Amino acid sequence: MADYDYPEAVAGPFEAPPVEFEDREGRPIEIRVYDAERDFEALCEMYDTFDPADRAQGIPPAREERVRSWLDVILDEGQDVIAADPDAERVVGHATLVPDGNEAVELAIFVHQDYQGAGIGSRLIRALLGYGAEQGIEKVWLTVERWNHPAVNLYESVGFESSSVESFELEMALRLN
Amino acid sequence: MKLLLGIGGSDDSWHALTQTAERAAEAGDSLTVAILENPDSEMSPGEIEEKVERTLGEYDLEADVRHVEGDPGAMLVEIGDGEGYDQIVLGGGQRSPMGKIRVGQVAEFVVLNAETSVTLVR
Repeated sequence: MADYDYPEAVAGPFEAPPVEFEDREGRPIEIRVYDAERDFEALCEMYDTFDPADRAQGIPPAREERVRSWLDVILDEGQDVIAADPDAERVVGHATLVPDGNEAVELAIFVHQDYQGAGIGSRLIRALLGYGAEQGIEKVWLTVERWNHPAVNLYESVGFESSSVESFELEMALRLN
Repeated sequence: MKLLLGIGGSDDSWHALTQTAERAAEAGDSLTVAILENPDSEMSPGEIEEKVERTLGEYDLEADVRHVEGDPGAMLVEIGDGEGYDQIVLGGGQRSPMGKIRVGQVAEFVVLNAETSVTLVR
């Protein structure tokens, strides 16, 4: 994916985690860098109960054992930020930057259906980009199903620009540093 | 069944060939392998043909192997629809570093344009 057209201007600045706020349903939400020991089981739990209709382009995988092997790979290689509801003792969102082996990273973000529409995704993606910028990441890209308008709007709101058009999937790119 | 498999040398297209050859050998399907123009492939059409023949040999399968010039999606639809194939078979896409499935451009074109049924092999 080295041939994306990255915007010339650097996006942001974005506030790095930890970030605490109250979501639109009045729940306290903490956004923080993923910690394997503390968060792994709760993160698996989020994906195990993830609405199949919210899957996109084959992820998260549908079966529990595949969820774990998929997470093992991205948690091992990537930079991960989670959103947690401490009152419910749940991980409710996860955003990640996975290196593509080509000096750029691929971004993905997931918010559990019980916590969608509450303003969490927007805070979560900003915190992830703030964390990525701190880590020195320069180029970020993603693909999104063309008809997934809420996701496309979210990505555009933080500065992603579409870089190719003739496909089921929209490719979007952003410069962080 | 009369199958038309398109191959351009990507990983998913090799997987599609192996799966299809195995089933065709069992079911007695008639298979045509169309070697497509693919500027992204590191293999030349000749090298792809050699590897195709080797794979077919592993399954003891006789198949018609032909080189197709021109736009790969358009040519597959033309051959599939025009020559009475029952099914067009293609690789089901590659995975991104994140694990997202990305369906190839040729597969997208064929799915949207062919009258013949299309199988994307996963």
